[in-house]
Amino acid sequence: MSIDIVGISKNFGSFTALDQVSLTVPSGELVALLGPSGSGKTSLLRIIAGLETPDSGHILFNGEEATARQVQERKVGFVFQHYALFRHMTVYDNIAFGLTVKPKKTRPSKLDIRDKVFNLLKLIQLEQLADRYPAQLSGGQRQRVALARALAVEPQVLLLDEPFGALDAKVRLELRRWLRRLHDEIHVTSVFVTHDQEEALEVADRIVVMNQGRIEQQGTPSEVYDHPATPFVFDFLGNVNLFQGRVHEGKARVAGLELATPEHAAARNAPAVGYVRSHDIEIERDALDVSALEAEVRYVLSVGPLVRVNLALTDGHGIEVDLARDVADRLSLSVGERVYARPRKVRVFTEDYQI
Amino acid sequence: MGLFRRKHAVLPGFGPSLGYTIFYLSVVVLIPLSALFFKTATLSWDQFVTAVAAPRVLASYRVTFGSALVAAAVNGVFGVLVAWVLVRYRFPGKKLIDALVDLPFALPTAVAGITLASIYSANGWLGSRLEPLGIKVAFTPVGIMVAMIFIGLPFVVRTVQPVLEELDQEIEEAASCLGASRWQTFYRVLFPTMLPAILTGFALAFARAVGEYGSIIFIAGNMPMESEITPLLIITKLEQYDYAGATAIATVMLLVSFLLLLSINMLQKWSRRFADN
Amino acid sequence: MNVAANMNRTNGKNGSNVSEPAWVRVLLTAVALGFIALFLLLPLGAVFAQALEKGWDAYLAALKEPDTLSAIRLTLITAVLCVPVNLLFGIIAAWAIAKFSFPGKSFLVTLIDLPFSVSPVVSGLIYVLIFGLQGWLGPWLQAHDIKIIFAVPGIVLATVFVTFPFVARELIPLMESQGRDEEEAALTLGAGGLQTFFRVTFPNIKWGVLYGVILCNARAMGEFGAVSVVSGHVRGATNTIPLQVEILYNEYSYAAAFAVASLLALLALVTLAVKSVAEWKINQTLVTPGSER
Repeated sequence: MSIDIVGISKNFGSFTALDQVSLTVPSGELVALLGPSGSGKTSLLRIIAGLETPDSGHILFNGEEATARQVQERKVGFVFQHYALFRHMTVYDNIAFGLTVKPKKTRPSKLDIRDKVFNLLKLIQLEQLADRYPAQLSGGQRQRVALARALAVEPQVLLLDEPFGALDAKVRLELRRWLRRLHDEIHVTSVFVTHDQEEALEVADRIVVMNQGRIEQQGTPSEVYDHPATPFVFDFLGNVNLFQGRVHEGKARVAGLELATPEHAAARNAPAVGYVRSHDIEIERDALDVSALEAEVRYVLSVGPLVRVNLALTDGHGIEVDLARDVADRLSLSVGERVYARPRKVRVFTEDYQI
Repeated sequence: MGLFRRKHAVLPGFGPSLGYTIFYLSVVVLIPLSALFFKTATLSWDQFVTAVAAPRVLASYRVTFGSALVAAAVNGVFGVLVAWVLVRYRFPGKKLIDALVDLPFALPTAVAGITLASIYSANGWLGSRLEPLGIKVAFTPVGIMVAMIFIGLPFVVRTVQPVLEELDQEIEEAASCLGASRWQTFYRVLFPTMLPAILTGFALAFARAVGEYGSIIFIAGNMPMESEITPLLIITKLEQYDYAGATAIATVMLLVSFLLLLSINMLQKWSRRFADN
Repeated sequence: MNVAANMNRTNGKNGSNVSEPAWVRVLLTAVALGFIALFLLLPLGAVFAQALEKGWDAYLAALKEPDTLSAIRLTLITAVLCVPVNLLFGIIAAWAIAKFSFPGKSFLVTLIDLPFSVSPVVSGLIYVLIFGLQGWLGPWLQAHDIKIIFAVPGIVLATVFVTFPFVARELIPLMESQGRDEEEAALTLGAGGLQTFFRVTFPNIKWGVLYGVILCNARAMGEFGAVSVVSGHVRGATNTIPLQVEILYNEYSYAAAFAVASLLALLALVTLAVKSVAEWKINQTLVTPGSER
């Protein structure tokens, strides 16, 4: 089922959670709503579920108006951030709940419910824990029960609110891969909320980056990562260095570098900022040409597979460079040494684009 | 109500449940209470002052509020001690003692009243032992205080206890690592944290004692000007068909209750000022 | 006080050394227990001791007294009428207050607590002012030959007033602490409003309900001041158990007074026991992880 979000706005008192948000989630896709806290992503998810009522705008399911539908009628599966498992029910009863509250006419027989629940338990690999209570489960297990409970009613849409937020790092990694595989199997239209860019990049078919109640950019993970549309997206996805400068008639001058920026052909001596990812900078011992910046090594840290080098440019401005370990080993930099930093990819945004 | 509904429109039943709550509250509590003010309003100012400031009435205020203050203070000290011991130390029968603290809540006041009166009367278990020492409890203002201590005790214990339970041991450890002695840790670190709860408990115990009737009248002796509490005076006036007088005094009592309730609410807000979120 | 001698620190969760010296602990415990013995245990023991002073036969005879039996009957009737209405109110009010946010909420909660801070005597008085002969509705009631004051309806009304907050004030914080997540989850799974309440909300609050009911009941059966004002003290007709105790005591039938009082003391002990169990159960449900919020 596809979801169309048309001009949704939502205010909480004077706080604008969502400001005229429009978005289409195509049928069968796994979409991530990515943004910092307060960006409105959870509000949007709750509005899709019907748990929150928008101040204005429309929600369409499969092109049909659904804004006024009650939560119960929307047939969405919702996985809550803190799981919201019914603590007085066993795992089995939790998963069966959605089936047992159906009206008598449409309620499956006891036996069918049992089959269904055990199929789901198999899917989440917790068959042996059917009689446990939520309190007796680990965080990851609870998460999977919450998911199975949502799936039991065969929702047309699966909505997940920070599904891995409350888990520790290792379990989180395992579960998100599992979720990805699960989605590849069942292909239910899914939307999940996260503030973790890595999670979004790894799991989602499409990423919707949100900030201050608006959508900054949407696209495939490689689109948003490789071609950030706004400084905010650039900054939010990965480490970035900023260089102040100006653009004039399609030419930018930032931190002493000359760059061709045809997208700013109309700019007239406008202030601009160059954005460079920390792994898009090379470090050289000798300046081969003018596109390298003189700098001094301030410190060198090794971070697992990477080596993070902090440089001070001649104007005192600090930049961070991530080098692959073998590259760093070959260079064997020492603190205080004079080197040249060469940005490989610079993206220039004019000041009016600034956040 | 449509305005409020929007925020959490999802859970059903807000309108009807709030409507019923307000309706029932009005019928059972607010309208009957307002009767008191309407009745008082029929009195002239002079009549009102004569009723609430007659010497016998003033004496009853002194007895009631004075005894309540002493009782609440005693509870303030011993209630904190009991709470401390219950939270911090382990001893046999602790669970039982903990449950027993609520006895004054559960024991009907008339039962408490006759029991205390008989224990402290001249030939009672304690009265007969105190009499030779020249201490008279029953039928004196001291008896009133004893009854008020009894009914007020759980208020202090039950407000202080949870605060003590939530106190992180690490705070005390931090204090002692910084060189504080045990006593310094108590009055510099623990006591200030407990203080709002202690004051709240004190105010609750005081408020309860001021309005208390059943457990006091049997032990008080009820001598006008000496050991007559205000609630009893209201009943006396009522029995003499002095409705206006009874109502006027009751209004004073009710206003005092409101003030106490207000200050207790403010104390509770204050006590939450350090709480997370 | 040798109990105090063999006690340990309980709160040393990780075997902390930060505590008072042993003699201070023993002293504090001894003083606290002494205070409790003096003010709580002694009166409790005295009730039963005096009730049985003249032996079992006298005890049972006092309870079989027709006036006493009629007082017991009236007390039961009062409780049976008061507890359900206040239970219903408590659940409905807690639903509105704990599950929704709206302006004026904390004020509403304060109003609900109001009967607790009103003197019982004043609580009785207000009903006299409304329904009494000189009251608002007095003349009308007299013309229609309806008796409320100095009759059973007055007793029930005054009792409803004084027991009004018990269930609500127990359930409001409990339901607030449980949040809305589980109810919302039930709704997304297709449950209706009543299904959500009975299958999700109620199982989570049932011990809280019991707790509120038992306290409400204890007060309903034991209320003295308010009932005393509206009852009129008609023997065998408008006397509840506490009023009967008063009458017997004032007639110097001490053993009989304490025998009847011992019923109420037993009720208090049962109340405390049920209350402890309910508290323990409530804590269990609250401690349950999966509700980390």
